[in-house]
Amino acid sequence: MAVYKKTYRPYDGKLTPSWSRFLVIPRYSLEDLRRSKFLTISFFASFLPPLIFAIGIYVQHNASVFNLVGAQGANRLITIDVSYFMRILGWQSMLALFLAAFIGPGQVSPDLSNNGLALYLARPFSRVEYVLGKMSVLVYLLSLITWVPGLLLFAYQGYMEGWDWTTTNMRFATSLFLGAWIWIVILSLLSLALSAWVKWKPAAGGLIFGLFFVAQGFGAIINAVQRTNWGHLFNVRFLVGSIWLWLFEGSTNNTGGAVFFGVPQGEEIPLVWSCLGLALLCGLCLYMLARKIRGIEVVR
Amino acid sequence: MASVIELEDLQVRLGQRVILKNLKASLTGRSIGLLGPNGAGKSTLLNTLLGFHRPSSGTARILGYDVRTHARQVRSLIGYMPENDSFIAGMSGVHFVRMMAELSGLPPEHALERAHEAFFYVGLGEVRYRPLGTYSLGMKQSAKLAQAIAHGPKVLFLDEPTNGLDPPARTRMIQLIQEIRDRGDLHLILSSHLLRDVEECCDQVLILKDGNIAAFCNLEEERRANRRFLEIETRGGVNGSFLSTVEKLGCETAPGVQGRVKLILPDGLEIRQLYEVAAEQEVQIRRLSHKRDSLEDIFLKAMETPNGRL
Repeated sequence: MAVYKKTYRPYDGKLTPSWSRFLVIPRYSLEDLRRSKFLTISFFASFLPPLIFAIGIYVQHNASVFNLVGAQGANRLITIDVSYFMRILGWQSMLALFLAAFIGPGQVSPDLSNNGLALYLARPFSRVEYVLGKMSVLVYLLSLITWVPGLLLFAYQGYMEGWDWTTTNMRFATSLFLGAWIWIVILSLLSLALSAWVKWKPAAGGLIFGLFFVAQGFGAIINAVQRTNWGHLFNVRFLVGSIWLWLFEGSTNNTGGAVFFGVPQGEEIPLVWSCLGLALLCGLCLYMLARKIRGIEVVR
Repeated sequence: MASVIELEDLQVRLGQRVILKNLKASLTGRSIGLLGPNGAGKSTLLNTLLGFHRPSSGTARILGYDVRTHARQVRSLIGYMPENDSFIAGMSGVHFVRMMAELSGLPPEHALERAHEAFFYVGLGEVRYRPLGTYSLGMKQSAKLAQAIAHGPKVLFLDEPTNGLDPPARTRMIQLIQEIRDRGDLHLILSSHLLRDVEECCDQVLILKDGNIAAFCNLEEERRANRRFLEIETRGGVNGSFLSTVEKLGCETAPGVQGRVKLILPDGLEIRQLYEVAAEQEVQIRRLSHKRDSLEDIFLKAMETPNGRL
């Protein structure tokens, strides 16, 4: 019907499958995010470290580059090993934290302050789908800057070294993928939960950083006062780092973990406690979301 | 006629307070009004029907679907215009309605087409690309109506649709609602504390008071019945003989003071015949009015406390 016919008529056309409707949210959100120049620049700047790491892999396999500048044998200074891939994951995950702190607070809080949730939930659209839709915005963007470049770099190194190296070190690829997903899920849930409880966007963004650094400081105080390592349970980066360490190196770890996510040797806590700590954090975020994501807010 | 809304001992408790108290009703009208003073439970009832509140006991059905067990099917039938300012930040009007239609299951291209149509229909065609944040209150109300109808619902919930509108905007909104109602494609549930809005748009009214059903009124039947009620004021002649002649025509009469007479006309009797009788009896009919129990009378009666106070 042409738009000039001003009348109401019922809709009897086809409908989209209900499982796919949560994807409507990321489509509109990404369109909205694209309008922010700051976020667009930040997002593309996040690809600089992978570029540098790719150059590292290239020159490690091309000694002639160093020969040209008179630094024969300098390529031996670059070692492409487990630490190299942990560094890639560490750097990119840190950048993911910054990006999540900027994008996350803008996901739920505007809907709450504009009473938009009633409009979403008055439709055949559940609260779980709403959270999934909002989460998928973060998952999509954070994936693009963490495990996607990580796996591309692994493939590049595999291409340079050959099939044997690739099969021997397949653990690096799975660890990159799983490690990044753990971090993405935690970041997404945390930023959505804080966005749902703190309606003012800058405050919610600040809280995300606060939670990481203040809790880490609190944990350090407990460690110092009680002369224990259990204070690390409050340090999200430590918990994530210890799981990464296990993913990359198994039970016999020789490194201190990834940059920013380092696990100082001798201060480890049992892996199961790290997993429990993170599971508890995720559970808390889900509970916070369940309390706030409602069609109508009841003031008791 | 099949029920649009069926309430079966519906009780809703929020915290320790019982907001809706064992409501029982079967509403069949094309347009149903929920009327009541502030805090009567109108919005809570709408929110319960939408699945936002879980009944603590009893249940409700919309077009046969239980709101507890078939919440998704129920919501796929509904278009909802909330009472408060509700929109998605940072969007133009047409984008907003398109997104809402897509969430209701319309494919993107259909959603866009219907968003444009809905915007023209509610009279916002010229401003549909403007950000929602820049809309006036009246425009926001119309945009909310547009998002409620864009996906072609079977039941339209309107919660205080004329809230904050100036008289011309209110008239326009009421006309739109009447137009939607008269097309007969959907059922309309209008919640309001404004008697005029409900009277102009609805054919059945459920009056709520303190979470109870205070009265149920079929306005359509009232209107039809009230067409036969007359009040006349007469002068001259011998009233007694005039009244007995009128009664012989089948009218029920109730004489009042100063020549006023209330009449209930039988089917088939024309008012012209009354004038003929009056002329024969040399009685002047100075005033004639169709008397009816207005919604206001019904509402005030429902709001009365046992001691006669409001």
